[in-house]
Amino acid sequence: MKKRIYKLLFAGILIITIDGIYGQEKSPVSHDFELEIEGEYRYFYNDGLFTDQKNHFPSIAFRPEYTLEWNKGYESINFTGFFRFDQDDKRTHWDIRELYYQKAKGNWELSIGLKKVYWGVTESNHLVDIINQTDQVESFDGEDKLGQPMVQFTYTTDSFGSFDLFYLPYHRKRTFAGKKGRLRFPVVIDKDDLAYESGAEQWRQDMAIRWSHFFGAFDLGISHFYGTGREPLFTFDSSGNINAFYPVINQTGVDLQITHNAYLWKLESIYRNADAQDFFALVAGLEYTFSNIDGNGLDIGLIGEYLYDDRDTLSLNGLQNDLFFGSRIAFNDVKDTSILVGGITDLESSSTIFSIEASRRIGQSWKAEIEARIFSNIDANEFILSNFQNDSFLRFSISKYF
Amino acid sequence: MKKIVLSALAIVLTLGAFAQTAGERGLEIAKAAEKADLGFKSSVVTLSMTLKNKNGQTSQRSMETKTLELTEDGDKSLISFNSPKDVKGTATLTFTHKIGSDDQWLFLPSIKRVKRISSNNKSGPFVGSEFAYEDLSSQEVEKYTYTFLEEKGSLLLVEQDPVDPKSGYKRRIVTYNKDKGYRIEKVDFYDRKNALLKTLSYSDYKLYKNKFWRAATFNMVNHQSNKETLLKFSNYNFDANLTDDDFTQASLKRAGK
Repeated sequence: MKKRIYKLLFAGILIITIDGIYGQEKSPVSHDFELEIEGEYRYFYNDGLFTDQKNHFPSIAFRPEYTLEWNKGYESINFTGFFRFDQDDKRTHWDIRELYYQKAKGNWELSIGLKKVYWGVTESNHLVDIINQTDQVESFDGEDKLGQPMVQFTYTTDSFGSFDLFYLPYHRKRTFAGKKGRLRFPVVIDKDDLAYESGAEQWRQDMAIRWSHFFGAFDLGISHFYGTGREPLFTFDSSGNINAFYPVINQTGVDLQITHNAYLWKLESIYRNADAQDFFALVAGLEYTFSNIDGNGLDIGLIGEYLYDDRDTLSLNGLQNDLFFGSRIAFNDVKDTSILVGGITDLESSSTIFSIEASRRIGQSWKAEIEARIFSNIDANEFILSNFQNDSFLRFSISKYF
Repeated sequence: MKKIVLSALAIVLTLGAFAQTAGERGLEIAKAAEKADLGFKSSVVTLSMTLKNKNGQTSQRSMETKTLELTEDGDKSLISFNSPKDVKGTATLTFTHKIGSDDQWLFLPSIKRVKRISSNNKSGPFVGSEFAYEDLSSQEVEKYTYTFLEEKGSLLLVEQDPVDPKSGYKRRIVTYNKDKGYRIEKVDFYDRKNALLKTLSYSDYKLYKNKFWRAATFNMVNHQSNKETLLKFSNYNFDANLTDDDFTQASLKRAGK
């Protein structure tokens, strides 16, 4: 099924490209190819809670990118591919992150194909961001996404902000870690075991709309999504059997940032409604940056955010009533050295997750990253998080760009 | 007879100097420079940046800058990075304001996120270079107070004191060339302690559209750290006919592909 949609898409894009390029011979065509190869090593220093889980995960990933532009850059074809080979066979995966045709004219823009779209302002959780499925096996922070088939139309006005309309014809399921993998449940979940609420299954035709605008210091976005949710819903019968499926949801989201001097005040909130579950969730906080402290460009930002989720312990990420505190340190040096340290702590139990992410360029075309996630004093009553209590890890990666 | 004319001229000049304070003359020069550059409407230029540390080791950046001229308020600009490759696609959109702080958004291509960022950090270095953010932002007359210092042939030296207390400078001494459309030849930057911090020299000037002087080379030397940043501008295009539609968040995302 996945192959069929890619084939259709590819044929469509090819026709548009040929038409576009030969239809406008006057304007120059430019193209650009880039490739990133990343070597990664993840080390889980505690033995797994479940059998077969490994401790060492060497891995390699490839990220090719190709862009073809014409009509002064107002028309383009964009491709980003992804392939990872990993110790965990479920984390060995490939994806077309993006493959779309785009045309911009005056105050509108149209994109057709697989694309990535990000909504939101907060750092510790990304509630309103719903267009793309999360690439769950790729990273812990949920910031890696699968390419989403879409038609996106953007219309920008001078005084009434910007409108984004999305037609989303195909749903992509989330992949869960395999038998050898970490950050999983006692039962290995195969993504094909998860059913759909909709009879149309992955072909349910979904829609989304977002309005965004800025007034002085305020950046505001209001969005609505109607379709098959990106997060599976887990329900349990009286004998403890799990029933997991993708529900049809209506989700309304608000994101707001107020940028005032060195302060960034942030709010994201959603209300999600499905037959099986209704809930409200919120992240609110602020970021304050002490800039150029040493006269050499050192910036130290302090971030504090409060997280609330109605679902309580059933919330997939376990962020039901938590506090995030963190610091972003940017050296603004030639190597772009930066560090993000933080912790999320549960206000009702001892559970805390600490994290560090640091990166630095080496030479002109290499980049090194270090990441650590430490699960500390995870409460045995944490329904989801308790499965990860032995899954603290260190990650090192080095990328070469061609 | 010649003598009389000369002394008459001297009297007129002296009277003129008395009639106009150094502050008024400085402001007049800044306004003349702004007026000389009015009407470029929009421009696109590619630039390469070479960062040199005190041991002479270098590293490179390349980017493209689009600028939209606005008269009622400050200019709009969009900068997108081409190299180093790990930051390729990173782009910033800035709406400068004549009064008050600028609006600025950053696009992060890896996660496709647009972030509104604080423009508070004017004095911080731009991508590790010797240029501070405020050195590269649109130079609006309202952002300084002025004192005319001296005239050396066709060169006019004016002291500019930043209005914004968040500026990293106590003053700048700007050298204008009145015979070449008031183009800037050199700027000396003095830090908050009033010590000479940096010198920016403009060279390889070219006249575009018979009106607009643009230097192809900017060289910024930091006298305190002995580091240098060289900017080379190429392919100036004043015929792109950009409009407000090319300076939106949608166009910021497009620039960062």
